[in-house]
Amino acid sequence: MGSVTRLLAQRIALGLLLLFLVSILIFVGTIILPGDVAQSILGQSATPEALANLRAELGLNEPAFSRYFSWLGGAITGDFGTALTSGLDITTEIGRRLGNTLFLAFWAAIIAVPLAIFLGLLAVRYRERWPDKLISGVTLASISIPEFLIGYVVMFYIGVKLRWFPSTAVSYRPDADLLTRLDSIALPVIVLTLVVLAHMMRMTRAAILNVMQSAYIETAELKGLTMFTIIRKHAFPNAVSPIVNVVMLNLAYLVVGVVVIEVVFVYPGMGQYLVDHVSKRDVPVVQACGLIFAAVYIGLNMVADIVSILSNPRLRHPK
Amino acid sequence: MTTKLDYFAMRAARGLMSRREFMGRAAAMGVTATAAATLLGDAALAAGPQKGGTLRMGLQGGSSSDSLDPALATNQVALMAIRLWGEPLVELADDGGLEGKVAESFEGSADAATWTFKIRSGITFSNGKTVTAEDAAASLMRHSGEDTKSGALGIMRSVKNVRAEGDSVVVELDGPNADLPYLMADYHLIIQPNGGNDDPTAAIGTGPYIIKDVEMGVRLVAEKNPNYWGDLGNAETIELLVINDNTARVAALQSGQVDMIDRVPPKTAGLVARAPGVNVHSTAGPGHYVFIMHCDTAPFDNNDLRLALKYGINRQEMVDKILFGYGSVGNDTPINASYPFYTEIEQREYDPDKAKFHMQKSGYDGPVLLRTSDNSFPGAPDASALFQQSAKAAGINLEIKREPNDGYWSEVWNKQPFCTSYWGGRPTQDQMFTTAYLSSADWNDTRFKNEQFDQLLIAARAELDAAKRTQMYADMGNILHNEGGLICPMFNDFVDATSDRIDGYVENTAGYALMNSYAPMRMWVKA
Repeated sequence: MGSVTRLLAQRIALGLLLLFLVSILIFVGTIILPGDVAQSILGQSATPEALANLRAELGLNEPAFSRYFSWLGGAITGDFGTALTSGLDITTEIGRRLGNTLFLAFWAAIIAVPLAIFLGLLAVRYRERWPDKLISGVTLASISIPEFLIGYVVMFYIGVKLRWFPSTAVSYRPDADLLTRLDSIALPVIVLTLVVLAHMMRMTRAAILNVMQSAYIETAELKGLTMFTIIRKHAFPNAVSPIVNVVMLNLAYLVVGVVVIEVVFVYPGMGQYLVDHVSKRDVPVVQACGLIFAAVYIGLNMVADIVSILSNPRLRHPK
Repeated sequence: MTTKLDYFAMRAARGLMSRREFMGRAAAMGVTATAAATLLGDAALAAGPQKGGTLRMGLQGGSSSDSLDPALATNQVALMAIRLWGEPLVELADDGGLEGKVAESFEGSADAATWTFKIRSGITFSNGKTVTAEDAAASLMRHSGEDTKSGALGIMRSVKNVRAEGDSVVVELDGPNADLPYLMADYHLIIQPNGGNDDPTAAIGTGPYIIKDVEMGVRLVAEKNPNYWGDLGNAETIELLVINDNTARVAALQSGQVDMIDRVPPKTAGLVARAPGVNVHSTAGPGHYVFIMHCDTAPFDNNDLRLALKYGINRQEMVDKILFGYGSVGNDTPINASYPFYTEIEQREYDPDKAKFHMQKSGYDGPVLLRTSDNSFPGAPDASALFQQSAKAAGINLEIKREPNDGYWSEVWNKQPFCTSYWGGRPTQDQMFTTAYLSSADWNDTRFKNEQFDQLLIAARAELDAAKRTQMYADMGNILHNEGGLICPMFNDFVDATSDRIDGYVENTAGYALMNSYAPMRMWVKA
């Protein structure tokens, strides 16, 4: 087991190094954005005096180098400072927003992941027959349409016409009871499910089909097992590593890529929070969000790596 | 026929007949939709507001980076929040006049350089403290001084001193200004306990509601202030929801999630109005969409070239295609009929021949670069393309450069010599001209420097004779119309929408959208 522990430590160290590099990128990126924080905060109604006052107060006159290290030091200790525009503490604000985003991502994942895998298995079972073609067609169509458009279509038919669920998530309150919360996020969850379904389902289908070519599957078939039992007991465990990989990738997407959906459905998550502050050039918030998104992405991919290493003896004992 | 219509209006107002049905019957009797709507509005007001209930609004413009400090308010959501909890000294009335809020009355000295505002006696802040003249004076002073970040700094710059004197606040100016009371209606200048110096974001004021719960850029919940001095405020609870996405905002209204929304996109307003249970209101205002040229930068320093461009734009086409009829044509001045002391100037029409003539006279034959972006005003790139086509007919080669939305206000507007932009307008001519057309103005975004114009502006401030002032503003309008760097093709209407669940909308009020942002307080939830 010693080699496995070393491998894990190695992976985590690599992840941290990557995160550090990303932090530099984020910092540089936010600095070279056009425009200036003070101007963006005050908007068209900025007078030169007000601008100069605000700039001095925000410490924008200090060199970038020293700003980076004081920011990184704070970020490591969990202190992202205060938002330039509203003066609120970023860490508490992000805590709340991240909670909302995770709540949405969690419910979308709870529905999308099992559904995608089940549909994938179903597609393999009825390979090249109409259920397979129908599943592939529908999921591929839903991934090809821009997500905001799916959002609007769902909003119009389910929210406005049928009135099954609230048309936007504005009524979402973190302190409401679970059913009310689920009711208000129903539409975004539907859209997110549609968006991430195809990728996972196709990967499941491809991975299992690949395994299905193997000799031991033929043996299982010759033993007289039913098709579904073969897939479940013999093919799926051997196909799990690419599936976990793509599931993790989509989970990461559900957390960091939902900006558009959050904005369209007015859901108070990280995406909306980030967009608001990008347009105001509120650099500390943008940096904090960027870092957290990067951490989530790197973290989930690391988990995927580790799972596939652990599930595959060949990767567990590299030459 | 009129009595019958009145009867229908009364029934509609009491909810015995739907608005749709009423409008239909009115139309059948040969009454225009506008007249019918007015009649219905009057009847609704006559039936009287109902108290209680929860009124929800979905507004555009809020952001999680907003602050509750009135000094830093820049958008519709922040403005609406301020209206709920706080009040300025005075406020614009529906007809464009002034009514007292925290100040009961006001009067100016004979030279209009000193103004005294008498504080309403016995009114309290929502924290129970009695409002004093000292509070009011401190509130105004917080917005002046070199280290303030207040959006009202421009207004306060001409104020020399503010002091409390008994139960009054005395505002001393560095020169005469007959419009000072109008300036005091600015939404930043909210009276706060001790001027808000202790905690500017506490949201404690004299307003009709008290903020109960706020999450910036998401939601704000306010409840009726039981100790409010006036009769404003019908709903027990007002909920303000930020819905920045246009489609989502309209959908929220249609599905009954909210009762009123602002900024219905003109493009879809006609369709929205046809939806059941939804009323669209269009209110003329001082806001305008503009093309601005720097009068001191070549080739725009040549007045003939400026005139060529002014004649080369088709204003009616812009109103029809960019505003979809929800607006009116402009006349190359920032002033329209929504201003007091307004005089009409002969309308400049699209005239390719005159444009060609002035272009030749200017001696310039190169391309003219116009910068635009989507956020300079809705449809600005389309408007620029229309301008390009109409100018082409006059032989003017307009090149369009699309700029990113990001940084447009800091990198392009007020920096580049020719670009698209918008103005929200101001309540008075003096304020509008002083903000953007006086030679020394910070936001002189046309670099317009005209000595005669400046002199007239200063002189008009001290002029208490309405007729003479009207004449002065007419003269200034003519100077801008003929020599200015402003091409103003259109004034945009505010387009709001309300649901059938609420009533009491007053059409054509002065000021900002949604009845100068007083709609949630003045409208009511139908029982």
